[in-house]
Amino acid sequence: MEFGPYLMLATLEGAVTAAVLALTAVGLSLVFGVMRVVNVAHGEFFMLGAVLAWWAAGLVGGHPALGFGLAILVVPILVGLIAVAADVTILKRIDYDPERTIVATIGILYIIQQLTLMTYGPEARPVEAPFNTRLALPWFEFADGRPQIYWPWGLSTTSYKLGVIGAAAAVLVGVWALMTHTRIGLLMRATQLDREMALAFGIPVERVYALVFGLGAGLAALAAVLIVPIQQAHYLMGGDPLLLSFIVVIIGGLGSLPGTVVAAILIGVSDGIISVFFSPTLAKILATLLVALVLVFRPQGLFGARRA
Amino acid sequence: MSLLSTRGLSKNFDGLQAVSNVDFDLPEGQIRALIGPNGAGKTTFVSLLCGRITPSSGSVSFDGRDISKLPAHKRINLGMAYTFQITSVFANLSVSENVSLAARKRVRGPSVMTVVQQVLDKVGLADRLDQIAGDLSYGHQRLLEIAMGLAQAPRLLILDEPTQGLADSEITAFKSLIRDLSSTTTILLIEHNMSVVMETADIITVLNFGEVLAEGSPAEIHANAEVQTAYLGTG
Amino acid sequence: MSNTKKTLVLHLGLLVVLFALQFVLPAYHHGNLARIMVLAAYAVGYNILFGYTGLLSLGHALFFAAGMYGMGLMINQFGAAPFPALIAGLLAGALVSLALGFLALRTEGVAFMIVTLMFAQAGYLTVLYFGTYTRGDEGFVIQQAERVLWCIDLSDPTNRYFAAFLIFGVSLLLTLRLVQTPFGRVLIAIRENEERARMLGYDVFAHKLAAVVLSGTISAMAGAGYGLLFGYVGASFASVQYSIFPLLWVLLGGAGTVLGPFVGTLFMFYLIDLSSGLTSAYMLIAGVVLVLLTLFAPQGLVGELRNRLWKELP
Repeated sequence: MEFGPYLMLATLEGAVTAAVLALTAVGLSLVFGVMRVVNVAHGEFFMLGAVLAWWAAGLVGGHPALGFGLAILVVPILVGLIAVAADVTILKRIDYDPERTIVATIGILYIIQQLTLMTYGPEARPVEAPFNTRLALPWFEFADGRPQIYWPWGLSTTSYKLGVIGAAAAVLVGVWALMTHTRIGLLMRATQLDREMALAFGIPVERVYALVFGLGAGLAALAAVLIVPIQQAHYLMGGDPLLLSFIVVIIGGLGSLPGTVVAAILIGVSDGIISVFFSPTLAKILATLLVALVLVFRPQGLFGARRA
Repeated sequence: MSLLSTRGLSKNFDGLQAVSNVDFDLPEGQIRALIGPNGAGKTTFVSLLCGRITPSSGSVSFDGRDISKLPAHKRINLGMAYTFQITSVFANLSVSENVSLAARKRVRGPSVMTVVQQVLDKVGLADRLDQIAGDLSYGHQRLLEIAMGLAQAPRLLILDEPTQGLADSEITAFKSLIRDLSSTTTILLIEHNMSVVMETADIITVLNFGEVLAEGSPAEIHANAEVQTAYLGTG
Repeated sequence: MSNTKKTLVLHLGLLVVLFALQFVLPAYHHGNLARIMVLAAYAVGYNILFGYTGLLSLGHALFFAAGMYGMGLMINQFGAAPFPALIAGLLAGALVSLALGFLALRTEGVAFMIVTLMFAQAGYLTVLYFGTYTRGDEGFVIQQAERVLWCIDLSDPTNRYFAAFLIFGVSLLLTLRLVQTPFGRVLIAIRENEERARMLGYDVFAHKLAAVVLSGTISAMAGAGYGLLFGYVGASFASVQYSIFPLLWVLLGGAGTVLGPFVGTLFMFYLIDLSSGLTSAYMLIAGVVLVLLTLFAPQGLVGELRNRLWKELP
């Protein structure tokens, strides 16, 4: 394949990564923004989403769309409820102290991961996509001075991958609408702005926190359900989304939703392209160093505005 | 000669002029009171002096040397001491350890405990040596703050509302303590209690909206119409 | 008996007991205790930063691995003798911690935790990236012949136990001394109230940096010792898990106590040792203990003991 079509393919694959990453990172960012805590167990909620999707899809026979449909409806809610339970039983009781919360969520990380290992096992398992048509993509070349459309071999995507991008975009618009146009979103933003003031105005801050924590985990789970027909479910799959979400949230500016989405697209799309030119390990080394250095020298993120 | 002076010292917070263009001179050996209504910029001003915050413009010099660029701990080591407006002792450490930490910048070995005993005697906390600082009453914590300032044996002692929360008898003791100190130490005192100001200060500086409104002896300030307006809000 | 004396007797007593145990323990526990002592030295190093200075690092595996690889690569790649290799490990730890401290200390709180986590992750990936030398995940073995220090064969269980005892003893006595020195007192003051310490004229950044380097160098000593005594150097020692372990041990034993790191390491080692016989998901125990500690005993075992029985315990 020539460079042009190759780049287009990498960009498309990157867009799928970016879509899923944006959902996961927005979940992490929401929790950080509103609750001011870092949820290290976020990647495990993602993993739980994938594993539970496999389980839910197995419950129904018939067309794969039925099982997948059940998974996408039920699993995010289920994972959200698990997160709410963790919030109420653990995080609330340590009063969301930032450092103790990190230690506690490290504990939750191991508990979820190891319980999954004990029940689901160490195997990687696939979920069948609800629809999966191969779509060949055109490219153009100049022949006799005129652009001509042709269909390079290997330049294709699937309808499902496009579906993932569309679904993620729709959910992100939904989250944005929730934050800006609903009463619940208003309560969240008020809590984010000033917790004490919110309490003084009678906002049930504890319930808002539980809701946000559940919503954040639910978004990660939803992202995992979307990706699991492309990438199999495995009990250790939570590490990479956690690391990438961290990178995205920090580069996009802690707690800023638009910044997070922009950074997710940037990281997701460039990830595929960087991995082509460098080794994936070197790409990861550079990415982690970038995050650390951004935090050291530009804590408001590359795109965020400096807070007073 | 002035021990401490500022020229054109200013600080903006997001466009709000907290301290604006202040020229200030404090001669060695003087007790200076800094007064002004709430929000006049008093704490911001002394925070600029000891380097807790950096100025937007202007300069600070101490003992003839420009210290505008020095970080806080170096300014302290030149002979400044600062006691916090909001009590800020080491709450989980003992009273003697609190004062020792202040004393050890200056002396080493067994003389640390001698200094600790001395200054705790001066503020009247000598019998509470082993108590955990956080268990002390609020007034006693204020006295401990002052003791920590004394243990540093500074050339300039900056006290930010030292008598807030003290009982009347403690305030009386505080006044005589300040007078005792004046022979060895220059003192800059932010204070709301007017009896403390009038009875201890040599010169009073009045800040209002971040600017110096008036400066003079207690009697002059007492008679100053502008000051009365600023405080009482009437003409 | 004065407090200082009681303290000294208690800590020397622990060392005497540990020394004597080698003559009575069965081989299995004898080997375990040697491991525990080296790992406890790692925890002691961690405790200097977390327990006494109040800085929670999630990246100490970087220092442990710096010591281990500094030592191991000297032997494996350059054929160095164990002693210069150990020194190389210590130097690697000191340099890495100096560099990390210099950068990471510009942040605080949660950002400090994430920055240390990220640098350690970059370190782990670097070990994997240079797989030609480090053999990546698989790691490499240090042969018995390469583990003879001044005619003493460190692979022999008795010598190994004694070497582990030395590593732990040195780090324990060092901390005990540290908390009595003015420098150690300032670290505690910074933990308690950083701004106040600064306004007493202490250079907070320099003190913190010194604490990071001291903590990192002791961690590196433990890492180098572990590699040399047990003859294996592998990437798993640089992974996140090995940054979480010292945090877990110190939290369990009691942050900011001299004995806590050892107590925590001992408990956790046997807890994981017992449960790994039952299930492959033994890290579940670590997770549960972390959550229970944050919920119910943030002071740890020795910390709770101090609160209840002996207030002056350092």
